Amino acid sequence: MKETKIVVKDLNLFYGDKQALKKITMDIPDKRVTAFIGPSGCGKSTFLRVINRMNDLIDHVKIDGEVYIDGVNIYDRSLDIVNLRKNVGMVFQKSNLFPKTVYENIVYGPRINGIKDKKVLDEIVERTLNQAAIWEEVKDRLNDNALSLSGGQQQRLCIARALAVEPEIILMDEPASALDPISTAKIEELIHDLKKQYTIVIVTHNMQQAARVSDQTAFFYLGELIEFDRTTTIFTNPSKKQTEDYVTGRFG
Amino acid sequence: MEDKEFFQKAVNSKYAKKIGKHTRLKESLIKIFFAVNGTMALIFIILIFVFLFKEGFKALDHIGLLDFLYLDRPDASGNIERVFQWYPTSEEPRYSLIPLLIGTFLTAFPATIISTLLGVGAGIYLSEVANPKFKEFLKPMIELFAGIPTVVLGFIMLVVGASFFNDILHPANRLNAFVASIGLSFVIIPIIASLTEDALHSIPNDLRMASYGLGATKWQTISKVILPAAFSGVSASILLGFGRAIGETMIVLMCAGNAANLTSNIFLSVRTMTATIAAEMGEVSQGSDHYYSLFFIGIVLFTITFFLNLIAEIIINKMRKKNTF
Amino acid sequence: MELKKRKKDIAGFVSIGIVRITFSFLVLILLLLLGKIFIEGIGVISLEFLIDEPRNNMTEGGIGPAIFGTVAVTLLMVLFAVPLGVFSAIYLNEYAKDTFFTRIIRTSINNLAGVPSIVFGLFGLGFFILFIGKNLDEVFQTGLLFGQPALLWASTTLAVLVLPIVIVSTLEALNSVPKSHRDASYGLGATKWQTIKNVVLPQARPGILTGTILAISRGAGETAPILFLGAAFFLPNLPVADLCIGDYCIPMINPTEQFMYLAYHIFIMATQSANPTKTLPIQYGSTLVLIVLTFLLNITAIIFRYRFRKLLGRL
Repeated sequence: MKETKIVVKDLNLFYGDKQALKKITMDIPDKRVTAFIGPSGCGKSTFLRVINRMNDLIDHVKIDGEVYIDGVNIYDRSLDIVNLRKNVGMVFQKSNLFPKTVYENIVYGPRINGIKDKKVLDEIVERTLNQAAIWEEVKDRLNDNALSLSGGQQQRLCIARALAVEPEIILMDEPASALDPISTAKIEELIHDLKKQYTIVIVTHNMQQAARVSDQTAFFYLGELIEFDRTTTIFTNPSKKQTEDYVTGRFG
Repeated sequence: MEDKEFFQKAVNSKYAKKIGKHTRLKESLIKIFFAVNGTMALIFIILIFVFLFKEGFKALDHIGLLDFLYLDRPDASGNIERVFQWYPTSEEPRYSLIPLLIGTFLTAFPATIISTLLGVGAGIYLSEVANPKFKEFLKPMIELFAGIPTVVLGFIMLVVGASFFNDILHPANRLNAFVASIGLSFVIIPIIASLTEDALHSIPNDLRMASYGLGATKWQTISKVILPAAFSGVSASILLGFGRAIGETMIVLMCAGNAANLTSNIFLSVRTMTATIAAEMGEVSQGSDHYYSLFFIGIVLFTITFFLNLIAEIIINKMRKKNTF
Repeated sequence: MELKKRKKDIAGFVSIGIVRITFSFLVLILLLLLGKIFIEGIGVISLEFLIDEPRNNMTEGGIGPAIFGTVAVTLLMVLFAVPLGVFSAIYLNEYAKDTFFTRIIRTSINNLAGVPSIVFGLFGLGFFILFIGKNLDEVFQTGLLFGQPALLWASTTLAVLVLPIVIVSTLEALNSVPKSHRDASYGLGATKWQTIKNVVLPQARPGILTGTILAISRGAGETAPILFLGAAFFLPNLPVADLCIGDYCIPMINPTEQFMYLAYHIFIMATQSANPTKTLPIQYGSTLVLIVLTFLLNITAIIFRYRFRKLLGRL
């Protein structure tokens, strides 16, 4: 068993009066891929956004409970959220590159964190694009508008952009849901490579994808964590009836 | 066991970084800067109400509310005669707003009717009839039309329009409510046309398809399906146009003749509330009853247009809610 | 059955025909109107007309001072209205939470756009001249300097008048920046201000510019509110004063003086000049200049917005 990276204890989340997450408790291991699955509206994406406090940006959201990363309670009031988000990268469902050049997109994060040296920035661009396995495809197009790339390339560029601020954890919110099968395969391969260095949490509605890429899988239903176990166990021998119904597709 | 190890990591964790005082201060200062600007803009809006009402209500110190409606005075034979006159500079000042209200409505009302017919027609053309490519070009044209300064329209009605209508209609006064209302129509038609187009355009295409699918012709679809569905939007545009007609100054100042006649004859000179303020504010001595009464007219004008706009906005908001599925 | 259907078709055909004729009629009227102004006005347009001052009791000469006054007033107006409007919109859209209070502000801004422009004139007189100006004079012991109609108060009043235009178009521009771009920026560890400065504002800039241009065009064409805020029939001198730092002097707009204004000039020449018929060509010429000015501004704004929307459509 790997070391634990993230510990969540009794987490409740409310949108106004509506409770979206109910008493979630789980430990997420370091340098592994953890997948969140469940029907839409089950709270899996909301929970993902708890880990880098993206929900703070939405009005009327209330959270209680505790979330620790490396032993630090990230909901401590005096904690620097900006620093937290720098260390917990995020890749979104739809590519959200800025309407700037490929180069400018990658260096956006390092720049706002104070890196100005052109040489250092150039190195970061080459390193992260290599990590995201897209360097060969875009190295001659660094000054092109990023939005001129294909959908799959854009999403890998988003991953490279997230890597540029040197996070330890990467959250991925259905990163391949808008992509064709070939691009999806490339992203999955990339996830497999990245877990050597990073703790990855991925939300997916695609159960085959969860089975392919993840080591651990958590099944959410109606804001509750129903079951959390090794991926093979979840898909072959789940202990809860609801999980079994969902993974076998017998679910409404 | 494992817990203990996990929490020990917190000592050197890079997550433990506290918020920098500098960053927090800078972010709050920036927020305060924008908030101050927002508040200032709001204060200006409130001040408009405050100063208009403050100055306007001073008129009531010397002039009764009823005096703004009529004045009872003895005529030559000693009988009490009720007069509706705006004559604030006379020895015996008369402050009745009735002729000014009549003047305002006698110009704004016909203008709204003309503009409704032409503006809604133009809106239907733009949204339903015109070739979409042609429309791309026509919509900005309407906007340009709407951007013509009103003084230009007043000028052209004064030097061309008034003579034209004088020759064919022979009105009692060369400058009259009718000429002014034609001028006002130029202002309101683009407003009604573009808002009507918006309202028609916001009707989901499914509705059109459903109607065509049932064998309806184009015109049946427009008249039986699209227009009723867009009814509230179109009526809001008419209300906004009417409000604009009531508040417009330069055209009525230049073309309506500026005589405060108590009349229902559209071919006589009239004087509107806006034109009264515009023409008299420059000459009036500050602090006089006349001066404050002009502010009082401002209050009346403001109140009427405010409610017209408010109703229109409520209608539009309701329509938006209805049309988002 | 057949017959009935054909009858309906005829009615439809006629109705759609009427709609087409209505539109063509409007276009025709508009073209006639613009054509008339162009034909009558183009004859007097020359460089001299644009820069000379009126001569011979306003029956000859040009409209230079009126153009100068229009530029001066709108310039100051932009200086007041654009920062205030843009910053307010940033606060409303980026910082303020959606509460009852902010909804009230939004509604009043929308409503402000419908307030008759003459009412703004009353506001300018009551607030800027008689309240602010008179108090300034008292505090600085300047005699009667600020407490009278002047270029400054015409600009501030027009600034309040165009404030809703600036705010609404800025709000629209900020709103059109996708939330996902903000999320991306926050996700990379940017603060709120960094996100606004580096992601939101660059994308919203063309929209903000469009609003600014529309505001200028509206301000330059307004006449009613400045009628009693310092617009003058004829002034022998431009509202200019030397601003000196040491021995080095540069001429600057003097905001405490009265001014000539193109729109006002048209009004006053057409209604109150000594010989309206004789000066008719000058009136047409001035009108043509004002129309060309506002059209150029509006066309620029329309092109800007068109490109801006097209750009957004691609995102």
